[in-house]
Amino acid sequence: MTTEAVAGALAADEPTKSRGRGQLILRRFVRNRLALVGIAILVLLLLGAYVLPSILKWQYTDNDWNYLGTSPGQGGHLLGTNHSGQDMLAVTLRGLQKSLVIGLIGGPLTTFIAAVVGAAAGYFGGWIDRALMWGLELLLVIPGFLLLATISPKLAHVSWLIFVLLLAALGWMITARVVRSMTLTLKDREYVLAAKYMGVGSMKIIFRHILPNMASLLIVDAAVQIGLIVLGETSLSYFGFGIQAPDISLGTLIADGEPDAITSPWMFFVPAGFLVLIGLCSAFIGDGLRDAFDPSASGAKAKVKLPADGESDSQQVEIVSNTVRAEEGLAS
Amino acid sequence: MGRGMGRFLLKRAINYLILTFIASTGVYFLASYCLEPAMNLLSRHPRPPMSSVYSVLASQNLDPRVPVVERYWTWLTQILFHGNFGTMIDGGSVNAEMGRRIFVSTELLLLSTLIGSITGVMLGAWNALRQYRPSDRISTIVSYAIIAMPVPVIGITLRTIDNWMGSPIQYTGLDDPNAHGVVAVVLSNMQHLILPTLTLWLVQVTLFSRYQRSTMLDVLNADFLRTARAKGLPFRKAIVKHGLRTAVIPVMPLLVYNIVLLFVGATFTEKLFGWHGMGEWTVDTITTNDINSVAAIGVFTSVLVLIAGLLSDLVYAALDPRVRV
Repeated sequence: MTTEAVAGALAADEPTKSRGRGQLILRRFVRNRLALVGIAILVLLLLGAYVLPSILKWQYTDNDWNYLGTSPGQGGHLLGTNHSGQDMLAVTLRGLQKSLVIGLIGGPLTTFIAAVVGAAAGYFGGWIDRALMWGLELLLVIPGFLLLATISPKLAHVSWLIFVLLLAALGWMITARVVRSMTLTLKDREYVLAAKYMGVGSMKIIFRHILPNMASLLIVDAAVQIGLIVLGETSLSYFGFGIQAPDISLGTLIADGEPDAITSPWMFFVPAGFLVLIGLCSAFIGDGLRDAFDPSASGAKAKVKLPADGESDSQQVEIVSNTVRAEEGLAS
Repeated sequence: MGRGMGRFLLKRAINYLILTFIASTGVYFLASYCLEPAMNLLSRHPRPPMSSVYSVLASQNLDPRVPVVERYWTWLTQILFHGNFGTMIDGGSVNAEMGRRIFVSTELLLLSTLIGSITGVMLGAWNALRQYRPSDRISTIVSYAIIAMPVPVIGITLRTIDNWMGSPIQYTGLDDPNAHGVVAVVLSNMQHLILPTLTLWLVQVTLFSRYQRSTMLDVLNADFLRTARAKGLPFRKAIVKHGLRTAVIPVMPLLVYNIVLLFVGATFTEKLFGWHGMGEWTVDTITTNDINSVAAIGVFTSVLVLIAGLLSDLVYAALDPRVRV
């Protein structure tokens, strides 16, 4: 990684021993308690969605005819059942699987498109830049919801993966603009010019020298996009434009539970609760990562109110000094 | 704003116009390709003969036997020369329906966007001033929770709370159909505004306050604010006159875009609370295979984006002294 190399090279000049940038970021991330909680919950959700169903008594395909639409706790149904007697927990976990997969594929994919388009536009400049930016503006003008909803009847019987692709294809534009302007400042740096004059190909320069230098932005964006994609999927599925019948997602569950939200709240609020959890985790992780990557952010500075003992205090001072060094390495 | 600014805006306007034209054309072709209005007639009992299906469709410029390009040309010339967006799938005029729905959406959105923008900016600035105090931490977590909720979840939660409390607030439709007399209708109309406005307000206030908070934080550490303080300006005055004004500038385009695009973006709120506005129409037209109406919404939305783009350029120019040429 170029960033590590730069930070490492700078650290080598210093007399004191220094930590690598990756380690540093990890330490700062771990210090952000909300971000850690976000990661923990997301991992738990992922594990729960894939492991729990095999342990549970009821599968999402089973109908318990003795307990149709019963409230939580009755007949061994922890979170109640819906009108066709399906166990809400099993059904929600099934929906959670799909929503999580959609988010985890779609979020990074969105960022990837944004990174490639933005970096290409900024690096090549000229007519490539103009053409790409013009296409970007066009996509911003076209109403995304209208577009997806109109196409959806044609996609009803095709795999849901295409749907994820479409969601990603309509969500990358803003990030691409940021990537482009960052590329413009990066492309005249010495190491990029050196690589260029050594005859390294343009695509290789983009992927090896330009994009790694904005890894922080891209990683944060990917984390935030996970939540956005899940929300987008839910909104479309809610109107029946998204995931179709045999498949279940949190969006379709929310749509199914909506008419009964007042009389049988568990049918609506159980999947809705999980959905909010995903969004919250995605936001917390993104926030924690941003603070960890950006030393100038106030949250990143070691700002523990009560250090347990003198040792931890001195440790924090050391981290702060490392922070400054790594940042200088990046900025030069 | 000198002549340079005018030329810049004119250039932007022409660019936006071309984009609008292409986007509307794209939506028309997409809708013609994806939606099948013939299904509406063919699914009836008894099934009408093909010849009459075709003749009905032909009268609405939807005949699938005519090439799409030809239908597009008819559609385009009707709009450009007669301002006529064609007929809806049930035979009504698209123009009349759109006019009615724009009015409904405006009534719903005016209040919530006004309150949402002002309170959002204020809350964000206040949180920035009190960074990492309990009030800031709490509003951070609460706004993350609200941002993580899709609009239907917010709306339905509000509806459910209202019901559990014994329905003190009525919410279905624009007003109570049993209300008689002007005063009663207006009062009922205002009561019906409460929950949808609250839903839209929650969405906007959280979004705007997050942005305002981060731009305000950047400004609070800026040198010019320290200079203002050093010159003896009281804290409050320095913050409001120098800080807030600078911090609001980057948020302005976001505010403008969000407010203008809400006209078609309030789909969930309108659907949930039975307001027959533009947002609800977006969903209804697609489910009823109403190509002409979908195309009209496409035109409407891209014109809105055009207006929003120009407005935010203008607002930027008015607020940011550096833009003035």
